[in-house]
Amino acid sequence: MHVEVRGLNKKFGTFQAVKDVSFHIAKGQLIGLLGPSGGGKTSILRMLAGLETPDEGDIVFHGQRVNDLPPQERGIGFVFQNYALFKHMTVAENIAFGLEVKKWPKAKIKARVAELVELTGLKGFESRYPHQLSGGQRQRVAFARALAPEPQLLLLDEPFAAIDAKIRHELRSWLREMIDRLGITSIFVTHDQDEAIEVADEIMIINQGRLEQKGSPWEIYKDPQTPFVAGFIGESTIVEDIASLRGFADTLTWPGTKGLIRPEYIEVGKEHEFPLLSATETGRVKHIHFRGSEWLVEVEIGAIKLVTYRSLEKEVLHPGDAVHVLVHRAYLFNDNDSWVMENKLKEDPMPVHI
Amino acid sequence: MTNMLQSRWWSWGFRSAVLIYFVLLIVFPILGIYGQSLSGGWHAFTDNVTEALAWKAVLLTVKLALISTAINAAIGTMAAWVLIRYRFPGRRLLNSLVDLPFALPTAVVGLMILLLLGPRSPVGQGAEALGFTILFHEPAIVIAMVFVTFPFVIRAVQPLLEELDASEEEAAYTMGASPARTFFRVILPCMTPGIASGAMLAFSRALAEFGAVVLVAGNIPGKTLIASVYIFGEIESDNPAGAAAVSVLLLTLSFAILWIVHFVQTRRTGR
Repeated sequence: MHVEVRGLNKKFGTFQAVKDVSFHIAKGQLIGLLGPSGGGKTSILRMLAGLETPDEGDIVFHGQRVNDLPPQERGIGFVFQNYALFKHMTVAENIAFGLEVKKWPKAKIKARVAELVELTGLKGFESRYPHQLSGGQRQRVAFARALAPEPQLLLLDEPFAAIDAKIRHELRSWLREMIDRLGITSIFVTHDQDEAIEVADEIMIINQGRLEQKGSPWEIYKDPQTPFVAGFIGESTIVEDIASLRGFADTLTWPGTKGLIRPEYIEVGKEHEFPLLSATETGRVKHIHFRGSEWLVEVEIGAIKLVTYRSLEKEVLHPGDAVHVLVHRAYLFNDNDSWVMENKLKEDPMPVHI
Repeated sequence: MTNMLQSRWWSWGFRSAVLIYFVLLIVFPILGIYGQSLSGGWHAFTDNVTEALAWKAVLLTVKLALISTAINAAIGTMAAWVLIRYRFPGRRLLNSLVDLPFALPTAVVGLMILLLLGPRSPVGQGAEALGFTILFHEPAIVIAMVFVTFPFVIRAVQPLLEELDASEEEAAYTMGASPARTFFRVILPCMTPGIASGAMLAFSRALAEFGAVVLVAGNIPGKTLIASVYIFGEIESDNPAGAAAVSVLLLTLSFAILWIVHFVQTRRTGR
């Protein structure tokens, strides 16, 4: 279903949990609400579900304002962070609950439960109680239970937070596949950027109750709109004195401008590895760490410390080595503005063709 | 210290001490009662039990205990709900007052009812005007039993309500369930084990109540004479076998109830 939110505000006591949030979501999309804990993501989700009432703003499903509808009448499925399965009911009874509420005929309920059990790979567990299931299985029961009454919108609150890392990975791709197959509009909350990037069609970054940016994971990575987003997505180092780096001297034009540099913006290596030495800085390797599939190199350029990766295929660096560092680009920001700047010296000023 | 306690001798000593304590204070007296009741032979036992006044006393006790248990199951569940779910000034005080009936001497409870509901009190006069008497009749016994067993259901239901996750209710709402349906399908089933075990403990305690009841019941044989007072009377009139026979009936009932409570609880925690 098409979801539209306009000017949403919510206060808990004196704490402003959600500040003027507006967005719209097209039918069938999978949206990740991403941000630090306590940032208001769950409050937004709960307001969409009708479990909290917004102080201001409209929530519109399918062009109809639903602010005054109770959760029962919103046609949603909600998967809770702790699953909230009914402890005294079996898996099948849990899944059938919403259907019995809707007064489906017995035979239809049975068929629907069987279908969902099959879909979620819980066959053989129908008559177990929640406490007899593993975390991943409980998660899938919660998912099946939310899906059973054929909701128009599926809301998931930190769906994988309580599951260990390996199974989380499997469940993520399982969820992605499932939602693709069912074509149901879904919104999930997470504080794990890998999860959001991997699963979501679009990410909404929420910080301190505000919607910082909405876009596809690639857009957000490539073109962060606010310093918070730039710092939150991916790894990064903030460089106060960005103008002192070679290639970024132009930034002196904007006083108070800082730079944010991601490890993947930087290349580090010995002199012979760079065709264009004029764009590089000289630095010294401070530490190197083995990261399983690459080296993590900490390098110092004067007072500036940068972090980057280096392929295992290349010559191994050692702490103390003198190296050249090429900073391809930096994300620059000051109090009023932010933008991405490429290294000005990378383009050879006097190309010599042989 | 833990090392010392783990040593074989210590553990043997502790186990024996507990066992001896248990045998001396619980098993022997109970076996004694069973022995005493059967000391005159099986026929004497059945005679004692089938004596009209005896079984009438037992029957009356069971009936009134059942009524007071039903009242407590309903009011106790409501009280537990209010104490856990609502926030109001005085809640903590009320919560601590719940245990008062356990702490009060039961004779004091009897006296309270005597003074409060007697024929000269406003309540007693009101009841008189409506055409029934409270004191020295069945209502007084039920009131005494309800008062004395008041905490059981509350204290059994409270922890279950506390551990009930609010998101279970919310999950039911998002699936379209009305608040009433959510209560009966989600919340009540969570409370049922507590209500059941609390009610059964309250029932067996009501069966056994003496101090509060003896002051307010009137103790008219065959009418308001309950089993524990009957036992007292038999001892006073030097018929220990008769007392023992009725005791055995009560004891067996209590055992059965305890066993059922245990069964209910293990099934709950074992789940």
